[in-house]
Amino acid sequence: MVSNFFFAARLAWRQLIHDRSKLVAATLGVLFACVLVFMQLGFKDSLETSAASAPAKMKGDIFLLHKQTEAMWRPVEFNRSLLMRALGNPDVSAVHPMYISLGQFKNMDTRTKRTLMIYGFNPDADLMDIPDVSAQRDKIRMKDNVLFDRASRPEFGPVAQQIAENRTITEINDYKVNLAGTFLMGTSFGADGNVITSDLNFHRIFKGRSPDQVDLGFIQLKDKTKADKVVKDIKALVGDEVLVLTYAELVAYEQAYWNNTAPVGFIFGMGVIMGLVVGMVIVYQILFTDITNNLAQYATLKAMGYTQGYLMKVVFASAAFLAVLGFIPGLGVSLILYNVAERNIYIPFPMPPQKIITVFCFILVMCFGAGLLAIRKLKAANPADMF
Amino acid sequence: MPAIITKNLSFSYGQGELKRQVLNNVNLTIERGEIVIMTGPSGSGKTTLLTILGGLRAASEGSAIVLDQEMIGSSEATQMKIRSQSGYIFQQHNLIPQLDALQNVCTALELDGTGTESERKKKASEMLESVGLGDRLHHRPAELSGGQRQRVSIARALVRHPQLILADEPTASLDKHSGQEAVSILKKLAKEAGTTILLVTHDYRILDMADRVITLEDGVLK
Repeated sequence: MVSNFFFAARLAWRQLIHDRSKLVAATLGVLFACVLVFMQLGFKDSLETSAASAPAKMKGDIFLLHKQTEAMWRPVEFNRSLLMRALGNPDVSAVHPMYISLGQFKNMDTRTKRTLMIYGFNPDADLMDIPDVSAQRDKIRMKDNVLFDRASRPEFGPVAQQIAENRTITEINDYKVNLAGTFLMGTSFGADGNVITSDLNFHRIFKGRSPDQVDLGFIQLKDKTKADKVVKDIKALVGDEVLVLTYAELVAYEQAYWNNTAPVGFIFGMGVIMGLVVGMVIVYQILFTDITNNLAQYATLKAMGYTQGYLMKVVFASAAFLAVLGFIPGLGVSLILYNVAERNIYIPFPMPPQKIITVFCFILVMCFGAGLLAIRKLKAANPADMF
Repeated sequence: MPAIITKNLSFSYGQGELKRQVLNNVNLTIERGEIVIMTGPSGSGKTTLLTILGGLRAASEGSAIVLDQEMIGSSEATQMKIRSQSGYIFQQHNLIPQLDALQNVCTALELDGTGTESERKKKASEMLESVGLGDRLHHRPAELSGGQRQRVSIARALVRHPQLILADEPTASLDKHSGQEAVSILKKLAKEAGTTILLVTHDYRILDMADRVITLEDGVLK
């Protein structure tokens, strides 16, 4: 039985490598499907990763969010007194408000304005898990000082370079600010760039906003392991108007918005399916032509005593070889394209091992599907009818 | 026990009004080691008879005992057994174009998968040598002449030392010289090994190789 598999696979391999140009064409077909699937999944995953990049950086044990807040790029404010109520819980060590809003940042060179995300909080609190921010909190205590995200899109100008050249004055929402330093956070589909400043400076920029209306509430606990229990207690304290989330829940909440509310998961899922269908058609064509050309030979093998099952093994072995031959360069090309995409759209394109395994399984299933369609033609290899 | 005994073997294609009788009460006995040539006009049922005897076609009327096994109403397992115990030679060589002569002959030995790779290669190259192709082991079918290709397919049929060879117009696509060369090699090797041959042909130039010539006309043995 094992030798049977070996002989079938060897015959398939010898048939494949005989015609190099056809082999290259088949390999390119699989490669194409492979790259298409990798890119679609890449966009999907990078969207998920980058969508949660802002909440992932928040340093807190429990968070309060207005229940109408769908995602962090458009928060709904809630009253600060709700957050203060949490102080009544004996497990809570501190609470801090954070103010979040989109604002118009003026490019110093081109004078064009572009929207980015502005975060404001009390510099006494260390609310963001970004080393540059923690280290430069003293800078934003000064009036009108802000920090700028180096990973913001280039449309905002070469800000890091401008700061080095001592050009630090620009405007956010027509309010003059001083760029006191930079940090590294990363863009998302919701925000092209980020600025961090103190709560006081935030309200100088957004004059219409009241300090009593907060966007995100941070709760620090004395014992972090008790988070799940304290969430329940705080829910009872603050009522129905706000959501009480642990850190993991906050990240998942943001990801779920991009996956469900925005139909991106569906769009990229469609792209994956299209890629696989195109690849399957190409592989099917190759396998089908091979069977058609070899019909007399296959019928002769049957007359010699080989079974239909043996010929099916030959076809499926061909399919498996094509899957592997196309996948390896497909993975290489995708890695290059991931790199190009990362550098051009400033959003991370991760390639974890499980993605590689998943896509390989997709490609294998695609090739076997093509084999399954093609083996119907094998029935025609009947020695009694052919000779 | 003879290699082949048929009693009142009948076969027809189609059903009802379209039914066409191809074989009509064929009674044929071929002794072991005998070389029999079967001739007859086109459409007389020669190939049909051959495919029934070789386990390639199922028949249901009469009796046909091939190598001690009843082929009428036989199971697929029996058909497969007869296929692997006999060697079939077709009008076309039907060699796998991507494999060289040696690899093609080896396909016949890989069926039961016994022995090692080198044993199979040794057997196959010996067989190719005995059909006069010892210097063509690694040529692909495209690099061989028509006669050489047919000799490779003869080697492929004989390499398993089958008790029965069924040949369907093996010389039809060959010129006179290579056709006669091919069948004389076939005859020589079969006689040495005591193999039974049933060969269907229109080619009157090779009739002299047979121990016995039979004629099938409109499904009836003359």
